[in-house]
Amino acid sequence: MSPESGVPMIELAGVSKCYGKGQAVLDGVSLSVPKDEFVTFIGPSGCGKSTVLKLISGLTAPSGGTIRVDGLTPRVAREIVSYIFQDATLLPWRTVRQNVGLGLELEGVTKVRREAKTGALLELVGLGHVAEAYPRELSGGMKMRVSIARALSTNPRLLLMDEPFAALDEMSRDHLNEELLRLRTEQRWTAVFVTHSVAEAVFLSTRIVVLASNPGRIHAVLPVDLPRLRTAALRNAPEFEDLVSQVSHALRKALSA
Amino acid sequence: MRQRLITVANALAVFAALLALWQLVLWIFHVPSYMLPSPRAVAQAAGARFPSLLNALTITAEEAGGGLMASIVAGVVVALLFAQSRWVRRMLYPYTLLLQTVPIVAIAPLILMWVGAGTAAVTLIAFIISLAPIIANTTQGLISAEENLVHLFLMHNASSAQLLFKLRLPHSVPSLFVGIRIASGIAVIGAITGELYAGSSRVGEGGLGYSILYASSQLQTDYLFALVLASTVLGFGFLFLVMFFEWYFLHRWHESARAPEAE
Repeated sequence: MSPESGVPMIELAGVSKCYGKGQAVLDGVSLSVPKDEFVTFIGPSGCGKSTVLKLISGLTAPSGGTIRVDGLTPRVAREIVSYIFQDATLLPWRTVRQNVGLGLELEGVTKVRREAKTGALLELVGLGHVAEAYPRELSGGMKMRVSIARALSTNPRLLLMDEPFAALDEMSRDHLNEELLRLRTEQRWTAVFVTHSVAEAVFLSTRIVVLASNPGRIHAVLPVDLPRLRTAALRNAPEFEDLVSQVSHALRKALSA
Repeated sequence: MRQRLITVANALAVFAALLALWQLVLWIFHVPSYMLPSPRAVAQAAGARFPSLLNALTITAEEAGGGLMASIVAGVVVALLFAQSRWVRRMLYPYTLLLQTVPIVAIAPLILMWVGAGTAAVTLIAFIISLAPIIANTTQGLISAEENLVHLFLMHNASSAQLLFKLRLPHSVPSLFVGIRIASGIAVIGAITGELYAGSSRVGEGGLGYSILYASSQLQTDYLFALVLASTVLGFGFLFLVMFFEWYFLHRWHESARAPEAE
């Protein structure tokens, strides 16, 4: 995708993971993600999609193989990584503004800089008007925007997203997908996304990795040759439909594999 | 608001009915007044000896309040220690159960021996008896933060101090208040029970428990009833105070602290 040379953002080589003495959750996963890509992992439940993110973030260690993030070990690379969880993971005792500022606060950024940054981010995700509200006053979609704003606050170069829009209704999900791409054109981070929605995967990604389960392994890697600038209208385009059916087909084969 | 008025009216109606029943029992069964005084006699006794009643109430309130305060401080400190590791919890938790199971009646004589009769001994008893629920609830709150929140902090390379003070401690505040609510009732009971044993360093001067003992020995049943009523009022007062603070600190963000009318 990107002509930019140098180390890939993520390098997985023969990565496997088993919990305890049980069966492997992931087995022999090798994949290289160049900088500036948007890679989506899709697969049946239990295929270890989320485990891939936990491994890349260093929240869990692999049982075998090696992982490099920007040429470093996952733990060391954390300062360029942000993680967006399936639930918004907001601190209920903090206002929206304080929640967005959490990452910067933990990293020791002074209050003045924090305020400036969070103010700008809240405008960017369209939440300026609820900056002083508490999370419980927000809708699911708004909470997720706060979560995204918080993730972007530390200027990450790699964004890991674990089914962030799974709990939302389809309209909010589509809308947030479009916003995510808009943010990406402005900020240029590499993304690894996990979902079980084929349409979402096609709309967002530059590449889709289809996983098979028991044990989790790569079944197919499909490039998404769509223009980088994508709008809602793309969802009605014939090439979009083609890709969706291609991915669905691969997914069905992965299920029976 | 209307709902609230109806609730208050209902409670008052029940109170009036109880008073009527009380009076009725006296008339029908001719109970002697040293066994069961009339509501009027109780009210008169309370009025006539109001200064000493108020004095007893104040003494007990101070003892129970002091004990409760101390157990909040000590309980949070112990809970912070317990939250550090499962290993510490396993090792020390049985001793907090001990705090809960040791009958206060059994250790009261010991405390009396160590610190002497009076306010200090009673405060100490209230403290010991109200400590366990605060430790248990606060520890639970400290260790039960969602895994994803912990992961979020780890992703920002949070220090263990940040994890404790910016995540676990605020997360534990609702549970801390559950503990304080339970402890507030126990502290009042503890103070009154404590006074039965270690109530006063001077004859005729003491809190509610001591006065109850004294009034019963003098067969002042009407005043005894007034004292029992005052004890109940004190317990309620503590509970309302705690609930007010709970509302004050939590209503903006925590579900449990919202008044139903706010829906």
